[in-house]
Amino acid sequence: MKIVVCVKQVPDTKGGVQFNPDGTLNRAAMLAIMNPDDKAGLEAALRLKDQYGAEVTVLTMGLPKAADVLREALAMGADKAILVTDRVLGGADTWATSSTIAAAIRKLDYDLIITGRQAIDGDTAQVGPQISEHLDIPVISYAQDIKVEGDSVVVQRQFEDRYHVLKAKMPCLITALSELNEPRYMTPGGIFDACDAEITTWGRADLTTLDDANIGLAGSPTKIAKASDKVRKGAGEKVALDPEEAVSYLMGKLTEKHII
Amino acid sequence: MNLEEYKGVYVFAEQVDNKLSGIAFELLGKAKDLAADLNAEVAAVLIGSDVKGLADELAAYGADKVIVVDDPELKEYRTEPYAHALASVIEKYKPEIMLVGATAIGRDLGPRVSARVQTGLTADCTQLEIGDFPINPVAGKEQKHNQLLMTRPAFGGNTIATIACPDNRPQMATVRPGVMQKIAKIEGAKANVEEFNLGFTPDNKYVEIMEVVKSVSETVDIMDAKILVSGGRGVGSAENFKILEDLAEALGGEVSCSRAVVDNGWKPKDLQVGQTGKTVRPQVYFAIGISGAIQHVAGMEESDLIIAINKDETAPIFDVADYGIVGDLNKIVPELTKQIKEAVAAKK
Repeated sequence: MKIVVCVKQVPDTKGGVQFNPDGTLNRAAMLAIMNPDDKAGLEAALRLKDQYGAEVTVLTMGLPKAADVLREALAMGADKAILVTDRVLGGADTWATSSTIAAAIRKLDYDLIITGRQAIDGDTAQVGPQISEHLDIPVISYAQDIKVEGDSVVVQRQFEDRYHVLKAKMPCLITALSELNEPRYMTPGGIFDACDAEITTWGRADLTTLDDANIGLAGSPTKIAKASDKVRKGAGEKVALDPEEAVSYLMGKLTEKHII
Repeated sequence: MNLEEYKGVYVFAEQVDNKLSGIAFELLGKAKDLAADLNAEVAAVLIGSDVKGLADELAAYGADKVIVVDDPELKEYRTEPYAHALASVIEKYKPEIMLVGATAIGRDLGPRVSARVQTGLTADCTQLEIGDFPINPVAGKEQKHNQLLMTRPAFGGNTIATIACPDNRPQMATVRPGVMQKIAKIEGAKANVEEFNLGFTPDNKYVEIMEVVKSVSETVDIMDAKILVSGGRGVGSAENFKILEDLAEALGGEVSCSRAVVDNGWKPKDLQVGQTGKTVRPQVYFAIGISGAIQHVAGMEESDLIIAINKDETAPIFDVADYGIVGDLNKIVPELTKQIKEAVAAKK
């Protein structure tokens, strides 16, 4: 079985977000990590490898420094790594990103593609399903459990108030939830090997099935009209009182606002 | 793509178990505003099996027209037949705007359909309006009018981006549940129904549903609650949520929680407020023992009145709270509950 896992390097938005004086995001000041949902997807692939034997290829598209997350994936146990990087691919929206990644995956043999549900920087959850559409294969989003049965996968797919157990013929694409599992740590030996491991690097010219109309900023149907730091609602009153006084203060406010 | 051919504001009317989801009505409410600016009609796209009977309800909340795709293949949501249905509706009717709820269904369906009809899709929008792109004129660049400007949080709620889709149609957006307002129900409204039978040929892209497991939940939807008493890590334990439940009961509200509480297994996921949980806008939101991480605040800052109780005076929740109390929730909350009960009893 051949599995391709798509991973993204993202700024760690949990660790606090830094802004430049002009209001744009200061990515350089933020820690760059492997997107959490993608890491769960990678772990799911590695478990399938442990269980059934599989070749796991990790693929990312990004700046040359995105190779860091590929090395992390190799140190966790992935077999091969591919970096898609080219200046002309920059500024892509989800349409252009998914078109580009689909073109890279077409160069590979695959039975299963795993992506994260969403990246914590863009929060769109679009790239996985769009890749599946470009490749004309089934998609199962929001996977919380993955099993292989013969030529099919059986996946628990989460909804708000239920889950479906779905069976899809391979090849297919699955988007993973971070709740899916607890990703393993890198092993010291794995880190050692990953430092020297060869990372295949593809540029625009290597993606022969990709149309110039569908890449980068120019090939993105959506355009950013405005971006800004979020304007927060101003703080109201803050008081530090004894519990008893605090309660009478709150009772006063609740009565004043006709809540009680 | 001749953009002039595309007309009308369309809404994907999500239904589950032949019951319309709340997001369908919220989208119709917003679609009416947008359609008024564009002088266009509002259409709902109803996809399912045996769902025709739901069309009048969509008319009652503002749909001028309801396009019904009814087929046994569409009984339960599956990506491929639904994508086939919605993409076929778009190809035939050519809407200018296509809105989809950012639900577990919509966030799967939207991208698959947008890739098929080759257009842009903006995710999880919290604000939609008609305006110019670029917003301010740029020398030497055509400023297009009557564009859908889609505003959404990104970077975990830290940034707000406004996005346009000037050269492709339809302009597609998924919209966060709980943000848009439905209109007052038009009693006795009758739908103008157009049935669209497209035929389905199952192939390898159709997944097989082996089992449907509904999680039995007796809790009400926190998105509908007028008063929410929400607890975070500071509540300390699952058992200690009892004092929040008592307060909620005294006020006629519901209990909700932060992600830390769900991660600790104290409360189920469907009570979670925030970026990865639900967006709520109750009349009163009590944030008790919640530090106010940006991912949480993103889901509740539209509440009419926010009351925070936290022992840490530097907690960021105080930056959005109308009334902030620095103090021990274990002392304050039970006493507050007691006095509210007394006040309510005295009124009767």
